[in-house]
Amino acid sequence: MFKNFFPNKILSLTNTTINSLVVLLIIVVTIGLIYSLLISPPDYIQGDSVRIMYVHVPSSFIALGCFGFMGIASICNLIFKIKFMSLLAKSLAPIGCIFTLISIVTGSFWGKPTWGIWWVWDARLTSMIILLIFYIAYILTWKIVDSFEKANKISSIIGIIGLFNIPVIKYSVDWWNTLHQPSSITLTSAPTIHYTMLVPLVIMFFGMLIYTLIIFLMRYKTEVMKFKIDKKKNYK
Amino acid sequence: MFTKKVKSRIFFLFLSSILAAIIIFTILRSLEENVVYFFSPTEIYNKANISFNKKIRIGGLVKINSVSKNETSINFIITDFKKEIAVSYNGLVPNLFSEGKGVVAEGKLKDKKYFVADKILAKHDENYMPSEVSKALGKSNN
Repeated sequence: MFKNFFPNKILSLTNTTINSLVVLLIIVVTIGLIYSLLISPPDYIQGDSVRIMYVHVPSSFIALGCFGFMGIASICNLIFKIKFMSLLAKSLAPIGCIFTLISIVTGSFWGKPTWGIWWVWDARLTSMIILLIFYIAYILTWKIVDSFEKANKISSIIGIIGLFNIPVIKYSVDWWNTLHQPSSITLTSAPTIHYTMLVPLVIMFFGMLIYTLIIFLMRYKTEVMKFKIDKKKNYK
Repeated sequence: MFTKKVKSRIFFLFLSSILAAIIIFTILRSLEENVVYFFSPTEIYNKANISFNKKIRIGGLVKINSVSKNETSINFIITDFKKEIAVSYNGLVPNLFSEGKGVVAEGKLKDKKYFVADKILAKHDENYMPSEVSKALGKSNN
């Protein structure tokens, strides 16, 4: 039942839902930007350059989260052969890729005024580049390989291998000496960000999450439609 | 619950995942020297064979009251509260470089206690707060 349910449900997604999500996105991001750029105070050592964090950290979260989902979807796809799982992953990939890129670029903008250098090859930054490579490899597989079955298999394997990189990125700052600072927000202890800075960070995170959701829903709907059209063509 | 095919696929994926995890772990373990971005003074002290000609990076905190500047060079001590290394450097330091804060120096060791840097990077920690809060915290600590 679950198998047929999800792809058909997405086809009944109307523009009204998307539009209301866009309105929500604009509201949340506007509040987030005003809060993070104007209301929140400068940091005690970094000054105003800490404001890059409000873009950098949420995009990194989403970049990792998207690949996490893609990896799990790839596992489900390979084991249970559920087609829409690969469509899910396929629609998430470009979003995650863009956020990885944003994270790397804003990170280097942040690195210059704080560390004194644009780029270093420490464990966190290098593993982030590896994530970007996995994203690109994943997307290219779908673009280059013609047959759906083949692309499906190869991309799923890429997704699963790339999944190993996620904990490496997450814990790189704890396992090795890195120039990148350790995580401020962890599951086990209180955040080390003062609440006046944590609030805009969380708002920006939700803003980007809504953006991800909108793009994902639109892409996923398109992918499902494409898949169904191809299937009909093959029957004829 | 699962068909035989699904079961075998789960088994295969599970086994290969464990294998992949072990391989990645071993690779990272053996490359540890290259994966770490810098060594702490204690690690330098404990290292048996250090090449004094190779460029390395050392990192830690700038010892308080150790920074002395003259016209062309800056001297300070990197500490990890166990061991210390004196560093001398010609050039500009990043804005965030200050006493009691994190630092990474790239250059060559002259001996285990003395380091000549040709690049200084500031390393900041994961604490973010407004300066008023930091001042209030400083007062309550003193």
